[in-house]
Amino acid sequence: MVTFNRFVLSNGLKVLVHEDYTTPMAVVNVLYDVGARDEDPEKTGFAHLFEHLMFGGSVNIPSYDEPLQRVGGENNAFTSNDITNYYITLPAVNLETAFWLESDRMLSLAFSEKSLDVQRNVVSEEFKQRYLNQPYGDVWLKFRPLIYKEHPYRWATIGKDLSHIEQATIEDVKAFFARHYNPSNAILVVGGAVNTEDVKALAEKWFEPIEGKAKPPRNLPVEPVQTEARREIIRADVPLNAIYIAFHMPGRTDQGYYEADLISDILSRGNSSRLHISLIKEQKLFSEVNAYMTGSDDPGLFVIDGKLTEGVDIETAEKAIWAELEKLKTELVPEDELTKVKNKIESLMVFSEMSLLDKAMNLAFFELMGNAADLNNETQKYLLLSADDIKRRAGNLFRRENSSTLLYLSN
Amino acid sequence: MINRTIAPAFRQVENIELVEAEQLSLDNGVKLFVVDAGTQDLVRIELIFDNVNWDKTKPLQAYAVNSLLAEGTSKLSALEIAERVDYYGAFLQTDYNYDYSVVTLYTLTKHMEATLAVIKEIVTDAVFPEEEVETFRRNQKQKLSVNLEKNDFLGRRAFNRALFGETIYGYSAGNEDYDNLTRDQLLEYFNLAYRPGNCTIIVAGKVEQPAIDTINRFFGKNWDKGLALQKNFFSFPLKKGTEHYFEKEGALQSALRIGQVSISRSHPDFASLQVLNTILGGYFGSRLMANIREDKGYTYGIGSALVSLKNAGYFFIASEVGAEFCGSALTEIEKEVNLLKTEPVSPEELALVKNYMLGSFLGSLENAFSHADKFKNIYFSGMDYSYYSDYVNTIRTITSEKLLELAGFYYQFDNFERVIVGKK
Repeated sequence: MVTFNRFVLSNGLKVLVHEDYTTPMAVVNVLYDVGARDEDPEKTGFAHLFEHLMFGGSVNIPSYDEPLQRVGGENNAFTSNDITNYYITLPAVNLETAFWLESDRMLSLAFSEKSLDVQRNVVSEEFKQRYLNQPYGDVWLKFRPLIYKEHPYRWATIGKDLSHIEQATIEDVKAFFARHYNPSNAILVVGGAVNTEDVKALAEKWFEPIEGKAKPPRNLPVEPVQTEARREIIRADVPLNAIYIAFHMPGRTDQGYYEADLISDILSRGNSSRLHISLIKEQKLFSEVNAYMTGSDDPGLFVIDGKLTEGVDIETAEKAIWAELEKLKTELVPEDELTKVKNKIESLMVFSEMSLLDKAMNLAFFELMGNAADLNNETQKYLLLSADDIKRRAGNLFRRENSSTLLYLSN
Repeated sequence: MINRTIAPAFRQVENIELVEAEQLSLDNGVKLFVVDAGTQDLVRIELIFDNVNWDKTKPLQAYAVNSLLAEGTSKLSALEIAERVDYYGAFLQTDYNYDYSVVTLYTLTKHMEATLAVIKEIVTDAVFPEEEVETFRRNQKQKLSVNLEKNDFLGRRAFNRALFGETIYGYSAGNEDYDNLTRDQLLEYFNLAYRPGNCTIIVAGKVEQPAIDTINRFFGKNWDKGLALQKNFFSFPLKKGTEHYFEKEGALQSALRIGQVSISRSHPDFASLQVLNTILGGYFGSRLMANIREDKGYTYGIGSALVSLKNAGYFFIASEVGAEFCGSALTEIEKEVNLLKTEPVSPEELALVKNYMLGSFLGSLENAFSHADKFKNIYFSGMDYSYYSDYVNTIRTITSEKLLELAGFYYQFDNFERVIVGKK
């Protein structure tokens, strides 16, 4: 159970407070409701590049990191296709420093050309390090456009291409800030050794003077229903053949999300999971195999990927995956197996309450999806699902015409 | 209106309290350390075994035993073991590092009895079925073939080899080592190392008396003492470093790893040298990050670390830099190292680093598991909790003169091994 208090400032900023006096630390988490899906198709990778620029100084404070480190704090951020999330951990006695820094960069940035120049390079190196200079590193750059034809999930958070990042201008940066970095487009969560009254006073002092603007509308193209199986083959200098199969699935708040999550656990969580036992241990077709979801807000993906054992042909391996999926479509999951994956979910939820930062991020994320209180109902949603729900969901997901297959083959 | 150009007042961290581990002894003499903290009804139980009897002709023995521990006992198959752990929502993890082989169980307290029974089975009765050993060999070789395509992996291997030679710290396993691995070797090592005399147990979480009694029931009796074993012992003389360049056709980035053998935690200079390392490359605002990432944009990240092992310590700087910037990055790294030897750190920078390190230390004490990790650091270095009061005191009092002196003594760039994988 993660408790919290909530209030909204006059400019539209939502503030949640989680009091936890078992630690002397505080966490300040600011989630902005903007991600790679909100980008111009000609300027992809921008939300993430922008995240880097948020550390390049704000209108009244030349350096973001230095003053925070000076009071014993640390920070980081991440961008996904859906959101951009910034977080600070610092000794609770110095909480006000976090308010000072976060509110100033919500007010306005320094928009320094030097910072843009350098971060373009840094992000280009990140692009190379993660996506280009690694075996199989570019798979999602190539796979996304096969799966999504209309929705902006068709590009990765890092962007379609290095050139988009290289061409970013300071005008782009200013426009993006003006549109998305508003109090009404953000959720502030403060957790740790803090009390709600103090947080409220600090929020009113530092954040409330920031001018409120309307929350930017989001009108994303809806991905048309896929009607036939898609397939692509890549050949590259990699040591092993790999296979990736993606299925369209419901969005994060749909019941179908929870069903698909249990299915992914049945297939590949732990050493007693089906794919591990059947494909790696018994049939020895793969050296590794995973089932997971992209977990996105808009309808996302259920993915199965694996690296083939040397000498095994692709067709055999692919058939074996489908045989496991067919089983889920035609046979009810035995009671014990369903209990097993539910127990895992339940215990994971308890373990996640050991981390203050995790709790703060979760509150922000659930508030974005509708209501932070739903975080505490999450386990229940899984426990209510039946073997019939799983079978029906599997039938809905694992259809050829709902699948995209990418074969990543060794030269 | 508030003046946003003025930073709010702040305080340096004052009270840092550790939850100390309580030492108990099981009926058979196995040491049990208890870190009781937190409100969630869960525990983490770690069984830690020293790596022993290093033999470079059987370099994968200890690693393979640890990896294959849960792949079958005389009573349970690999699947049955996994099912029993998974069914209760527990997590069983086996971890192998240079000095220790670890078996970790994370479980809700209410399922401790059922899950600990499985752990007892695997650490006392693993049988390493031939078929599982074969699967392990095949899959590990496949993983290795992928890793060998990664520049940072190759860099790490070459660096460790340069520092530590053919000891457990420096050995680079190849396909032939997997091919040579036999079930007999595994049984031999298992019978030697997974014994009460070589085991330390650490339990962390909300640990009450019944939990301690349960641990004693499983691991305090009916566990054979086994044969005498030889602790791993190595020593590494200081030597002059050289450049190790591995050219990779078409590399977009080069992996760099630069450093040398250094002191370990029990050395009186260790805490002071950590302060120096933090300034150089130990945090986001470090000199290396500020120069090579935030000013020049040569890399996504660069950092340095001082690592303490049982038989040695070592220091390294690591990064992946754009291939076209490799030469410039190396020049800048050398410049930053040498600067610490010639220019005293300014009072502002030193004050910042001190506050940062104290805050970071406080933040690292998040929950029962982190307090247990702090205990492991000192216990396995043969030290007591005074290490942490000394550490905090060193951070508070260290001067820029002392840092200059340390840099002069410990940072000899010519003595560093310099590994470059990619293009230069």
